[in-house]
Amino acid sequence: MPGASRVIHMSQRSHSIWRYTGERLIAAVPVIFGLTVIVFFIMALIPGDPATAILGSYATPDNVASLNAQLGLDKPLWQQYLTWLTNLMQGDFGRSYSLNRPVIDEVLERFSATLVLAGTALIICAIMGLLAGILSAVYQYGVTDKGLTLMVLIGISTPAFWLGLLLILFFGVELRWLPVSGMYEIYGGGDLPDLLRHLVLPAATLALVATGVIARLTRGSMLEVLRQDYIRTARAKGVPERNVVLKHAFKAALVSVIPVIGIQAGFVIGGAVYVETVFQWPGIGRMLVTAIATRDILLVQGGVLVVAASYVLFNLLADVLQNLIDPRISS
Amino acid sequence: MTVERKGERKRSHRVSFFALLLRNRLAIFGLMVLSIIVVLCLLAPLLPVTDPDKTDLAIRLQKPFTENHWLGTDHLGRDIWSRILWGTRVSLVVGISASLFAAIIGSLIGILAGYFGGRADNLMMRGIDMLMAFPYILLALAIVAVLGPGLMNALYAIAIVNIPFFARNVRGIAVTLKRREFIDAAQLSGKNNLQILFTEVLPNVLPVIVITLSTTIGWMILETAGLSFLGLGAQPPQADLGSMLGEGRKLIITAPHVSTIPGIMIFLIVMSINLLGDGIRDTLDPRLKAGALLRPASRTQTELPDQESIAGNDQGILNVNSLKTEFHTGSRIFKAVNSVDFQLYTGECLGVVGESGSGKSVTALSLLGLVASPPGKIVSGSVVFEDSDLLRISDRQLRTLRGGRISYIFQDPLVTLHPLYSVGEQLAEAILCHRFMSHHSAWKEAINLLDMVRIPNAPVRAKNYPFQLSGGMRQRVSIAMALANDPDILIADEPTTALDVTVQAEVLRLLRELIRGKDMSLIFITHDFGVIGQLCDRVVVMYAGKVVEQGSVVDVLTAPHHPYTRKLIECVPQLGNPDKKLVEIPGLPPAMDNLPDGCAFAPRCDLVQDQCRGDEIVLETLESGRKVRCRRVMEVVAR
Repeated sequence: MPGASRVIHMSQRSHSIWRYTGERLIAAVPVIFGLTVIVFFIMALIPGDPATAILGSYATPDNVASLNAQLGLDKPLWQQYLTWLTNLMQGDFGRSYSLNRPVIDEVLERFSATLVLAGTALIICAIMGLLAGILSAVYQYGVTDKGLTLMVLIGISTPAFWLGLLLILFFGVELRWLPVSGMYEIYGGGDLPDLLRHLVLPAATLALVATGVIARLTRGSMLEVLRQDYIRTARAKGVPERNVVLKHAFKAALVSVIPVIGIQAGFVIGGAVYVETVFQWPGIGRMLVTAIATRDILLVQGGVLVVAASYVLFNLLADVLQNLIDPRISS
Repeated sequence: MTVERKGERKRSHRVSFFALLLRNRLAIFGLMVLSIIVVLCLLAPLLPVTDPDKTDLAIRLQKPFTENHWLGTDHLGRDIWSRILWGTRVSLVVGISASLFAAIIGSLIGILAGYFGGRADNLMMRGIDMLMAFPYILLALAIVAVLGPGLMNALYAIAIVNIPFFARNVRGIAVTLKRREFIDAAQLSGKNNLQILFTEVLPNVLPVIVITLSTTIGWMILETAGLSFLGLGAQPPQADLGSMLGEGRKLIITAPHVSTIPGIMIFLIVMSINLLGDGIRDTLDPRLKAGALLRPASRTQTELPDQESIAGNDQGILNVNSLKTEFHTGSRIFKAVNSVDFQLYTGECLGVVGESGSGKSVTALSLLGLVASPPGKIVSGSVVFEDSDLLRISDRQLRTLRGGRISYIFQDPLVTLHPLYSVGEQLAEAILCHRFMSHHSAWKEAINLLDMVRIPNAPVRAKNYPFQLSGGMRQRVSIAMALANDPDILIADEPTTALDVTVQAEVLRLLRELIRGKDMSLIFITHDFGVIGQLCDRVVVMYAGKVVEQGSVVDVLTAPHHPYTRKLIECVPQLGNPDKKLVEIPGLPPAMDNLPDGCAFAPRCDLVQDQCRGDEIVLETLESGRKVRCRRVMEVVAR
């Protein structure tokens, strides 16, 4: 019977979580809508004429004008925006002139590669950061704490693009342990072990800074929580110290660490730009840098929009997770 | 005159800020590294280095430590040492300019939004939120895409991206400032908004701006270098550290030094700024300093003299002998518990009474090593329970006693119950810590316990979190938790203080019923003699860390022997006697790090004489069995 009531209780909790998630998803719609406005108008500010960029500087004015008309660029800006938005909602992000393929295809392909890289990095930095933070707090001012604090300092001060080069030099060139570029071997690769081997160095590089940030915050948060009265209560009722730290204190500390992990997700996805460049990873960051250089505006628009929207969703996920741990938030 | 004093205070404040900052060794290290780098860059035009842009293909890609080029040359034969100096100059100038730009614009938005509030605030902050919905670097990329690659454009991009951080932090402070009295005063004195913003608001948000600046400037330098690395910042032949790294990237295998050296430079700059920034933050806002929060250990530190436990009276179930607990903070020592002795007998209820700060709670917490430590420390005494000294037993033994045979009820259950576990889970855990059973039966048992403390609808309430219960119910949960394992001794530390008066009475009645007929002994700590009268058999009166009187409740209530006890009793209002004059005790308890010699109550006592000051006054046992620490007992009784 108590077991059964427990099940009911769990379903009640999860029910409110679904409602909360739904509310947050609805609230995310105007944000994403706002993103489309910002993305479109930032791009519209770009000086110069896309048609000239596409046709090259030798094009005749007639050709330029007819291409502009074909692209709808002769219409007022708000009309262009509405057309773009209507197409977006039908899954049409336009066509990349430099690649001569639909933007959506290119963006999704590249974004999934970035997700693999950034997702791995995020998992690494969450685990390592939390672990380092807990250890640092438990052994405050001890050798472990001092060592970890030093490593965190080095971590948040190291440029990711430079660290990537060092790793390539050491593990790729000197030791020849790991591949240093791309996602798969060109010949014969393509399976999961191949992907994982290619992932190690870029994911580690990408995770470094975020690990430092999370470790720092976890340490501070754990120290704050460990002074609370309810920790004394746990000790007073005879809870073993290991559980006091890993259960009572950690759960409370997580409430303030999770939103920061959500924010770090944005830094990790953004930081992927450098890491992808260094490791020749076929992700969306490298795509964007190239698209900016070639002035492929539709491609930039599509890429920026997809990444920004995914960031909104990452933060939403963090909020839901936080809510799952702390029942006080939704009520 | 006032102006002068104001200036003085400001100067002394500034001095203490730098003095504090200088005490932070890591910050000093950062400052030194940064100063060396800055000085080298400033001196670059004067130093005997070659032109950074002078190419010489004959000597391309020289390794470091070759003649004339101690850091080697790059792929065009340019001297790397010279390029590093000039490149660092560019990076620093761009990074710092971007930071100042972001700080000024962001703070302005924050101050205006926070100070004026309303629609302007809403509009500005929604815009800021939108900017923050973008991943940081992505937004910078988009801005560079609009402006086109180039160092100045990279500077703008980084600055714009960082505006939200300043706007948010500054707005947060400005909003709270707006409600402060000195802003009202300035408005009443006829200052206009602009004057108030500049003379009243700005000086108060400045620390926040400095803190945000010191923690983001390292990032901004890193990010500008990043844009240059991607080829979107500095354009050749101009070089900053990022573009040098970017150019060297293609040579990573043949000539690693070309990219490694600028990388080291970026690392050194960012690290030294971070160290300095942390130091500034810790000094300006000590609250944020994580290191200041000391982690209390699982058990209070003890620094007991080598001798075996001090033998004393040991007829009780719990015998406390010359217990001393101190708090050490910096160079100051607070003697919170200063040689306390008492016995607790089986089945009795012992009241411990005194004002806040008298050491009663610390005494109770010391028994099972629950005083937060650091800063707490038990420096002498013994706590004997069934032939073992609780101050000297192993951690494992202590843990089994905690919540098992000796348990606690704390003051405010909203903060003493874990906010993120349901009360049922917390009860079940208390059971499972001491008994071997399935989680299922522990849950059942938890519901029984809730029933026992008369919580209606226990199976449903068990699933509630503490914040969903009323104060009285929460305290019932705490009582249930303390009774979960049928303890021999229950220590209740002001269990009713945080509750409404009517709820207090209910909880007290419940407590009395629960312990009646059991062999349980109760230590009940309170500042309220009224409660002692209702519940306890004997009472210990504490003042300034010492026991000043001890005896049966009836005796003490009818004839207090210590002036302090008498005053405490006079403070209690009596039901049905509205004319009773309630007398407050004049003065304050003494500072525990600077106790007077002789009687600690002397400064507040109306019977004080010279003999009360000077030497230590002992706790005397009278013929009746009463114990008193006073030289004027006869006079107190005579009154």
